[in-house]
Amino acid sequence: MGRFHAHPDGTWQTHEHEHGEHGEHGDGEHEQGDHGHEARDVGDHTGYETGRERVAVLETILAENDRTAERNRADFASAGVTTVNLMSSPGAGKTTLLKRTITTLGETLRIGVLEGDIATSLDADQLEGLGAPVSLVNTSAGFGGECHLDATMVRSGLTRLPLDELDLLVIENVGNLVCPAEFDVGQHVRAMVFSVTEGEEKPLKYPVMFHAVDVVVVNKIDLLPHLDFDVEALQANIRAVNPTARTIHLSATTGEGVDEWCDWLIETQKTH
Amino acid sequence: MHELALCGAIADTVNRHAEGQRVQRVEVRIGHFRQVVPDSLLFSWELLTDGTPLEGCELVIDHVPAVIRCTACEHETTLDMPIMLCAACESSDVTIVSGEEFLVSSIERTKEVC
Repeated sequence: MGRFHAHPDGTWQTHEHEHGEHGEHGDGEHEQGDHGHEARDVGDHTGYETGRERVAVLETILAENDRTAERNRADFASAGVTTVNLMSSPGAGKTTLLKRTITTLGETLRIGVLEGDIATSLDADQLEGLGAPVSLVNTSAGFGGECHLDATMVRSGLTRLPLDELDLLVIENVGNLVCPAEFDVGQHVRAMVFSVTEGEEKPLKYPVMFHAVDVVVVNKIDLLPHLDFDVEALQANIRAVNPTARTIHLSATTGEGVDEWCDWLIETQKTH
Repeated sequence: MHELALCGAIADTVNRHAEGQRVQRVEVRIGHFRQVVPDSLLFSWELLTDGTPLEGCELVIDHVPAVIRCTACEHETTLDMPIMLCAACESSDVTIVSGEEFLVSSIERTKEVC
């Protein structure tokens, strides 16, 4: 079988040929193990007049997303804008860091923001009036909101931004340490904000995110005196999953260390 | 968490290769570096294909282990944890050999027998 049968109440029993099968493997028994090879066919088709043919596809599941990401990247190149995909868990301080960044770099770089949120314009509202154009993309269309921005969502948000008038575009992704790491949106660099209230072990728990980024911003260092947080252990865990990542320690609230982050943005903007 | 979105992408890929035939089985190859929960993917697949031409199509996941190769000593390490260190010499100068796969590898579709 190898199929998911969520059928205590029959909710997901949708296939006629499965009804007779359920008795064979017991109710609710899921046999999908670590090896998909073990999955068994759903039925005997040898008596059918039509046969089956196996067709090799070998196509990346996210091929369509990646093609759109390339189109975004080409648009960024022709507009001469450097793009940062900024990710984090909810509440790590992306928006506060962005406000601080726009305030600090407003005279140096023309910054735009593409703001991704499952719902509400609360984050985008916070950035109003700082002089940077903001395009809000709510991801709530569909099944209660996507947990990430994909290349198509970003592309639709780009139509509301004056790309030609920007030096730097920051894409503030949906707060989530899992899904955004899987989707290329056409960015030049990826950065993540990690706050010291989250715990030193997070790089090991969310390795794909920590592995995917060029920079880890370690935020809320002003809270360190109040926390039992091991900065050295965090550094070791980041190195374990991403030996080449740069880390920048700062407090978006007090401004301590923000210059190093801004210097990195300026350098990145020059080199991309 | 994003399994539903992934299933949408899988369905699009499958439909492009179905050539109007009914597809009974889809094999996907997913590396261990990918954050895909197999049960969630299978559940999402059933949910997403329900009421579509792909309803009843079996989704089979072929897992690919995460393997890194050391640049210094060329040793290959299969990872249980995502720690990017060579098991032989502990160098962190490593490249990923496998485990990032994210493919629709094949489909089985109805073939008309004359």
